[in-house]
Amino acid sequence: MTSTPAQTAESIVALSPGAMLRRRAFGHYGLLFGLAVLGLVFAAALFAPLLAEHSPYTQNLAARMKPPFWMAGADPSHLLGTDQLGRDYLARLLYGARISLLIGIVTAVISGLIGTTLGVAAGYFGGKVDLAVTFLINVRLAMPVVLVALAIVALFGGSLQIVILVLGFLLWDRFAVVMRSSVMQIRGLEYVNAARAIGCTTPRILLSEIMPNVVNNLIVVMTLEMAHAILLEAALSFLGLGVQPPTPSWGLMISEGKEMMLFQPWLITIPGIALFLLVLAINLLGDGLRDVTAPEAKG
Amino acid sequence: MTDPILNVRNLTVDIPIGAGTLHAVRGIDFELNRGETLCIVGESGSGKSLTSLAIMGLLGKRLQVRADVLEFEGRDLRSMPPREMRALRGDRMAMIFQEPMTSLNPAYTIGDQLCEALRLHRKVSKAEAMTRAADLLGKVGITAAESRLRQFPHQLSGGLRQRVMIAMALMCEPDLIIADEPTTALDVTIQAQILRLLADLKREMNMALILVTHDLGVVARIADKVAVMYAGEIVESGSAKAIFDAPAHPYTRGLLNCIPVPGKTKPGEPLGSIPGIVPSLIGTVSGCAFRSRCELAVEACATTVPERSASGEHMYRCFHEPLKSEVA
Repeated sequence: MTSTPAQTAESIVALSPGAMLRRRAFGHYGLLFGLAVLGLVFAAALFAPLLAEHSPYTQNLAARMKPPFWMAGADPSHLLGTDQLGRDYLARLLYGARISLLIGIVTAVISGLIGTTLGVAAGYFGGKVDLAVTFLINVRLAMPVVLVALAIVALFGGSLQIVILVLGFLLWDRFAVVMRSSVMQIRGLEYVNAARAIGCTTPRILLSEIMPNVVNNLIVVMTLEMAHAILLEAALSFLGLGVQPPTPSWGLMISEGKEMMLFQPWLITIPGIALFLLVLAINLLGDGLRDVTAPEAKG
Repeated sequence: MTDPILNVRNLTVDIPIGAGTLHAVRGIDFELNRGETLCIVGESGSGKSLTSLAIMGLLGKRLQVRADVLEFEGRDLRSMPPREMRALRGDRMAMIFQEPMTSLNPAYTIGDQLCEALRLHRKVSKAEAMTRAADLLGKVGITAAESRLRQFPHQLSGGLRQRVMIAMALMCEPDLIIADEPTTALDVTIQAQILRLLADLKREMNMALILVTHDLGVVARIADKVAVMYAGEIVESGSAKAIFDAPAHPYTRGLLNCIPVPGKTKPGEPLGSIPGIVPSLIGTVSGCAFRSRCELAVEACATTVPERSASGEHMYRCFHEPLKSEVA
């Protein structure tokens, strides 16, 4: 062949996509902070039995409402004090992280599966499928999440499983909307047609041609919905319709502490700050991931 | 003469839209033999791309494709079940798309995508497929093929990507390659290289090539047969030589007049142009579709125009005799 381009592969200095991602991620402080805090919460949840000296369920009515370590009269064996029933607050906080993370992750996975399936089908097939899915999304958007969740939990009783299922089946709308529009963008590109032209089947095109190119959006939505679910669980528990006592849940801890709010403010401040930090970290991580994987969408 | 590799008789593509039907392709006939290059020429919206997509069976179900005959290597494509059609696509017939910047999936390396084209149809190991991919990259003029295989599409220029697309089309040694405006998105110097490459490969591998283009310069260089499309119809077809030497249809003459010819076109002299726009193809279309823009139009042009032979296989659809004197 005579018509050889002058450039050779070696002469082109280009980073692999992975290296480029890493470089962008390490320059993104929001993402790093989010990752660090989320990592800490994960570690706390995972190693709760090792970190906590007491069981989160053991009551000690003789040692009720001990203040945390920075206040006068603190008991050195209860670092964050005790609650109204004398249970160790640190232990409840650590075990509560398990509940929050469990709810966040499982809900995001359930709603992610539902929303992605619907969104990808609508975006790829268009036409009547799209009409049907759009209708479903609109129906879902017309339902007030908190009210519906409250009603269902009130009807079937509050438990961890019910809260997870209810939230999972309610929070899929953003997945569907985002997946639908990103698949629509990609469906029209020629490499999808090219894949069909080399003889790919439709499932193969969906899984191996389209999914890798929309999965970054999926991850971003997943983090945001995870934060959403954690907050909703806290809200439901606060209202007494979420996780039931004596399970340690941050929302429940705030709820139980609210009567003492004016006299023992740490009872709601500590789980409140934990909830705030966790949700902030997840949101920062989600925003950071979006900036890193799709810098053109920033701002 | 052997049987044609591709035989198309009275191919129509209808697009249902809101109120009526858009007759985008209206009765296309052609046949193509092994080793031949057919160029389909026409302006935007004349149905060139739809014709090629219809042959590949890549049009959506919403579009109605009909034909009296649509045979590839003697097999009827119209009645073929989707599974067999998929087995044919990419294996015996391959397609090269217009836009090299979006024809490759950004999520996979060049090597992965080339291998996929082969491994969908042949039971070969990944290593064997990679070897073949590297061979073909060399064949389409890409140096350092081994390291290119590990690169991602965004690391390649447009010209290189189009070479990769050609290599991908060649992975299974197809009998027919359909190239839908393969050089439109590339700059002029690369266009010439890609075209020469396609022509060389066609000769070397004894394939048939359908080249869809609106660039008559391209056609003159590599076509054996030419089909000029206007408003969904082939208005003139024949050997490239016949059409360039003695264009019979006023539209073809108009197209040829738009191109400057060194030595003939005088400096400062305006190039030819065809006044007006392509007519709407919604609803029933009758008569010669070009009559609204044709300076020779007479009343009879509103009736059905028969296909006539100018000489041998050189066919055209017009009431008027070819004007030999007006050759561009």
